Amino acid sequence: MDIKPEEMINIDNKPPQKSWMDVRPDLSKGRYCYPSQPKALEYLGMPNPREWSPADDDWKLPPNWQEIIHEGFKERLGKYRSLKVFMDTCVRCGACADKCHFFIGTGDPKNMPVLRAELLRSVYRNDFTTAGKILGKLAGARKLTKDVIKEWFSYFYQCTECRRCSVFCPYGIDTAEITMMARELLHLLGISIHWIMDPVSNCTRTGNHLGIQPQNFKEIIEFFCEDIEEITGVAIEPSFNRKGAEILFITPSGDAFADPGTYSFMGYLMLFEAIGLDYTLSTYASEGGNFGLFTSSDMMKKLNAKMYHEARRLGVKFIIGGECGHMWRVLHQYMDTMNGPADFLEVPKSPITGTVFENAKSTKMIHIAEFTADLIKHNKLKLDPSRNDHLKVTFHDSCNPSRAMGLLDEPRYVLQNVCNYFYEMPPNTIRENTFCCGSGSGLNTEEIMELRLRGGLPRANAVKHVHEKYGVNMLACVCAIDRAVLPPLMDYWVPGVGVTGLHELVGNALILDGEGERTMNLRMEDLPGAEGDDDDE
Amino acid sequence: MNVHYISALLAVVVLGFLAYLGTEVLGLQSLFGIFIPYLAVCVFIVGAIMKVMNWAKSPVPFRIPTTCGQGKSLDWIAQNKIDNPSSTVGVVVRMFFEVLLFRSLFRNTKAGIKEGKITYEWEIFLWVGALAFHYSFLTVLVRHMRFFLEPVPYCIKIVETLDGFFQVGLPGVLLSGVVLLAAVLFLLARRVVMPQISYISLMADYFPLFLIIGIAGTGLYMRYFARVDVVAIKELTMGLVTFKASVPAGVNSIVFVHLFFVSVLFAYFPFSKLMHAGGIFLSPTRNMASNNRMVRHVNPWNPELKFHTYAAYEDDFREKMIEAGLPVDKEA
Repeated sequence: MDIKPEEMINIDNKPPQKSWMDVRPDLSKGRYCYPSQPKALEYLGMPNPREWSPADDDWKLPPNWQEIIHEGFKERLGKYRSLKVFMDTCVRCGACADKCHFFIGTGDPKNMPVLRAELLRSVYRNDFTTAGKILGKLAGARKLTKDVIKEWFSYFYQCTECRRCSVFCPYGIDTAEITMMARELLHLLGISIHWIMDPVSNCTRTGNHLGIQPQNFKEIIEFFCEDIEEITGVAIEPSFNRKGAEILFITPSGDAFADPGTYSFMGYLMLFEAIGLDYTLSTYASEGGNFGLFTSSDMMKKLNAKMYHEARRLGVKFIIGGECGHMWRVLHQYMDTMNGPADFLEVPKSPITGTVFENAKSTKMIHIAEFTADLIKHNKLKLDPSRNDHLKVTFHDSCNPSRAMGLLDEPRYVLQNVCNYFYEMPPNTIRENTFCCGSGSGLNTEEIMELRLRGGLPRANAVKHVHEKYGVNMLACVCAIDRAVLPPLMDYWVPGVGVTGLHELVGNALILDGEGERTMNLRMEDLPGAEGDDDDE
Repeated sequence: MNVHYISALLAVVVLGFLAYLGTEVLGLQSLFGIFIPYLAVCVFIVGAIMKVMNWAKSPVPFRIPTTCGQGKSLDWIAQNKIDNPSSTVGVVVRMFFEVLLFRSLFRNTKAGIKEGKITYEWEIFLWVGALAFHYSFLTVLVRHMRFFLEPVPYCIKIVETLDGFFQVGLPGVLLSGVVLLAAVLFLLARRVVMPQISYISLMADYFPLFLIIGIAGTGLYMRYFARVDVVAIKELTMGLVTFKASVPAGVNSIVFVHLFFVSVLFAYFPFSKLMHAGGIFLSPTRNMASNNRMVRHVNPWNPELKFHTYAAYEDDFREKMIEAGLPVDKEA
């Protein structure tokens, strides 16, 4: 990054002189996500596949593009009460304005949630309200032009659907909902981004975002097991696509692919080994994440359908889901509605503690943090938290588990049992007030790195606070996107702070039956204090 | 930007003059005193009902509450039953706080950058202003019921007594009217002065503010400065409410200006952002329980979609799967 942090934080948030309707979006290089490739759209059967670039003047829209948007808008107003109510009730009080991480980080007024929504609302007023038709601009209405489409593309891909604004809105207006609708409308014209559509098409075919084929998926997991054996001396043999297993475990494929998510995957495997869980992994349903959430409700449903489909085929009793943010929004708020009822599964009951998960009695899928917290509460795990004593840990609440679920104290309980030094970030930046990593909703792509660093600034700034105050050197999280994007964010804003999944810390603290003395952590780094290593505590 | 509030101000001034000249010069007392108020009330009732019905016509396909606290989980984890409700009672309490106490607005913070650090301060003024505005308006509205009820009910007299608690001056100052004007002026000042808020404000944001300033202004003027004939006004309002409408002599034109502003506000209400009053009740992020994994929510238009099945997947990868020792449903 050319810009230094101390320069980037000098944010000018003075609005321009011109009315926002007259300011054109900045679509220079580095300010937009690369568009999706024709082959991905063709594979998915989505409209208007073509070669194009957001930097081009001509976006090669279909000839009747205005009609397509108008009809698409009308259809969605008929299908979603949320959209209608959110179009009509905003009073522009501005309470949401400085709640958005992208506004705080860029100062761009169109990143205020209220104005982001106005981008869509202005067209709604023009097309669907009497006042807008008569009074035009005075009523905040404007005609749909190609520049408006470009503006939508720019700003609805500068929203991570984190829902922080909706916590503060006196009417609960949820920009995530508006962004989802706007992206669906753009999709109708063939406007979408590579970083979302490529995973979606991969996921459709291979079962996961990264296009990992079955044999490779198995190899990767076996490779983790070799590492675990080297670290602990215990050999683990997980099963794949095994019929008759009690539990199906599904986690984001990012955990199989990239550090530090991989260490969390090792943590899951060790945990299940420690308690002797009868579970299986699936190469077909090998993706917990669901970029359909960032595409359209139809795509979300199609990708999500695989979970129940596979659970039924394998004949498991229930499903456990790994650590992932947006995955859990889908599982908690959409899955049962879209692909339920899951009457072929049983109400989740921990085979180890006997706890019945009443909170998941219909969906029949539980979060690994719920499962592990219950195990710890019942003293079913042998833990040595001192193995994590070289870490001073803070916890980043992911947007979706916080604001679309309320999974807040389960991961904290686990953390406090697997490490001895845990410090909270300031209250305005955690739990339901948590700040996005800046790269959610499919924006974790390299070409917009500056935007991502700006969007992640409020999160990083809170980490910096505890880094300076308590010496925090590890940021724990329960989200695969976090694990992929927080490391570069930390390197930029708060060098010296690492990123870990919750179950990596569990794996490190966990004492397996028959294991040898640990000299390394799951990253194969020497443990301080082991083998004569000096503990610099 | 200024065009938005200038045009809103101008619109209200023109409306005021219309009513003043219409009654003072043209003698259109019946139009402004009877016809327009009736029309406005009809437009309000029909318009508001139609708007709410229009919202209600669209289904709620997904249960999408914004959760603002710990959800229902294991028995020993304390749930935040109000901010993350899993029962109807919880939702009712959440909505109660939201509608009557503006719970979400109460959370408001102000972000700033100081010495290379982002800071957040609790920002209470918008909440105070909004609360003062809505409750003083409600009090004024309740007090005005004395013009539409004969005999004046005891409860309205009590409201009046409480409102005049401080007993300043003669006629006694009623707090609500003064607070209303002050609160509206504060909300207006916010919009004009704060750069970001000014940038997002539309004519539709200024117009109701100026209109209410007009209403409160004429109201205060009549009560404390002009010598309006209250008996004549009550005759007019009682006539309206008993459908025996007539305009008595001696009603000052300023009364018609006041009445016209109120009529415009009523008629404008259903077509504007003022419908947030109804919208809040239908907001799916607030009025739904977060019990998604416990109780299945049904989407009436849930589409049947073809997805990539396991069989298709196995067809694609069967040989590789067999080679890797993965179980398959159909042997090659």
